[in-house]
Amino acid sequence: MHMADALISPAVGGTMLAATAGIAAYSAKKVQNDMDESKIPLMGVMGAFVFAAQMINFSIPGTGSSGHLGGGMLLAILLGPYAAFLTMASILLIQALFFGDGGLLAYGCNVFNLGFYTCFVAYPLIYKKLVRKGVNPRSIFVGSMVSSMVGLQLGAFSVVVQTLLSGKTELPFVQFLLLMQPIHLAIGVIEGLATAAIVTFIWRARPEILERAAFGESLGGVPIKKVLTGLVVAVVIVGGLLSWFASTNPDGLEWSIERVTGTTELETPDGIHKIFSEIQSKTAFLPDYGFKTDQDDVQNQPAVEDEEAWPSVDAGTSVSGIVGGAMTLVLAAFMGWIINILKKKRGKAVA
Amino acid sequence: MDYKHLKEKEGQSRCLTGLLFNILPLGMVCMSNIINSLYNIRLLDDLARKKTFIHSIHPLIKLLTTIVYVVVLASFERHEVSALLPFVFYPVFILSFAEIPVVPILKRVLLVEPLIIGIGILNPLFDNYIVMFGDIVISRGWLTFLSIFIKCSLAVTVSILLVATTGMDRLAIALRILKIPRILVLQLLLTYRYIWLLIEEALRMMQAYSLRAPGRKGVKINDLGSFLGQMLLRAFDRAQRIYQAMSLRGFTGEYNAADVSKIRFRDFVYFAAWSLFFIIARIYDIAVLIGTLFTGVGR
Repeated sequence: MHMADALISPAVGGTMLAATAGIAAYSAKKVQNDMDESKIPLMGVMGAFVFAAQMINFSIPGTGSSGHLGGGMLLAILLGPYAAFLTMASILLIQALFFGDGGLLAYGCNVFNLGFYTCFVAYPLIYKKLVRKGVNPRSIFVGSMVSSMVGLQLGAFSVVVQTLLSGKTELPFVQFLLLMQPIHLAIGVIEGLATAAIVTFIWRARPEILERAAFGESLGGVPIKKVLTGLVVAVVIVGGLLSWFASTNPDGLEWSIERVTGTTELETPDGIHKIFSEIQSKTAFLPDYGFKTDQDDVQNQPAVEDEEAWPSVDAGTSVSGIVGGAMTLVLAAFMGWIINILKKKRGKAVA
Repeated sequence: MDYKHLKEKEGQSRCLTGLLFNILPLGMVCMSNIINSLYNIRLLDDLARKKTFIHSIHPLIKLLTTIVYVVVLASFERHEVSALLPFVFYPVFILSFAEIPVVPILKRVLLVEPLIIGIGILNPLFDNYIVMFGDIVISRGWLTFLSIFIKCSLAVTVSILLVATTGMDRLAIALRILKIPRILVLQLLLTYRYIWLLIEEALRMMQAYSLRAPGRKGVKINDLGSFLGQMLLRAFDRAQRIYQAMSLRGFTGEYNAADVSKIRFRDFVYFAAWSLFFIIARIYDIAVLIGTLFTGVGR
């Protein structure tokens, strides 16, 4: 479910980071205005609780397999949407940094996919509506189940769309969708079961916790329109800017880098810069760079060009790529080795 | 639980999770997973306390350098393989200068790999357009797969290295400088602080449960509500006690960062030098340039 840095393009990652930052800032403001500071340690401990709860595997009846809690919906029910969104954001950051689940660039996508849909769509529009008439085990069960499933379906769909827009993998849209949605339907059922079980237990043991949470949010309510409007504005602005970069040039980042380096002293007419670029234009391993000379054709019919140009890659230069790649790795390892030796020597000298 | 003891257990548990996942009762595997996570957080925490050149660089600079690295890495086209390789230099540089043990970091990266392989491995199926390297014929999907695999390994490695050389507290300072809302940073630090404690609690409960239900595959779904619910109630009560303790020590909802050191000239140099390297490596395929030098093949 976690989106990875390897599958994402800077444009998509940047847009989602901006959207997430917007929602997080809004939630932080909401939380700071609305609630007493006693909820701050509660949010922290709940974040840690979700971590610990994810470690507990439980058996799924009739299948022989096991699952664990995701925790998004549980947080929304216990803390309210704003605090839950912030808690989810910090859980995901710790997962990205310590466990490599997701990544820094994909962080925005992950918070959005796992936090936004649960806290700001499934919780207010489904769970609260279903449970409003009366809190009892039945309504908790139905509410948790439906909202968890919808939240995860939206999240999974979002993963597919983000992957597709990034274009870092070949998976066709429909196949990827058919792979992701059913898997996440199953995960959603498990999540719903677990959430319902825990919330029901809390409702029986300490109903005041749920009441307090429900009362706490009813003060502010969820102005979903405001959140959505802000979000749409952010996405349109950032996405528009970035896609303009991407569309006017085959590669926006490269283009902007060349623009930048072009105006600095780096570009001396017969410096190493130019020599390298000449060598490079002749020896490009993969065809992207080879296209640079006939860019117009690429833009007109990229797919066809791509297919045709491929076999014409000179075998000799491909060998250079492989040899060079190996050399680069050896060089990197060598550098590490030398640094280690030097460090050890210095350590001995000091001792 | 002391560090050495954990390390020993970690060795055993890796074998368990790796080889016998389906054979052993899940309760045991579950417990060894918990120990793994504990060990991992503790290890990175310990590593962050070292005092090397890398550790002394301003946290904001390290965070920004890592972000530039990941963004540049992600900007590569999907078939790109050779041009990605020079990006190995950055993690190797940090591993060596910061005296970070390689094996535990690589292990952590490997644990994430199956997920990305799962998605990446489908590429050769969907794109079997043929590419030739000399005499070797492969499907282009393999290049995409390789590209994704390398990108994933590198991105995960540098994120883990960022925490291993910075630590959560100093990272929080960097986030505050970036104007991340105070409440979010505070919440992040609290979550991080209590993960250790709550995972230990989960471990104790799991141990108690498996002793009463030997041979059971994980927690029974009927027990799940009371198991996790009890854990949750304990967490709630703990939060209450923490809040009382914090209030007695004068907590008013403010987060005061400890020593915020200034960004020095050499921090700028570090950031500028690496960014320049990343950009050059993005524009020029350094691996192919080196290859051309050695094989003398050019057109």
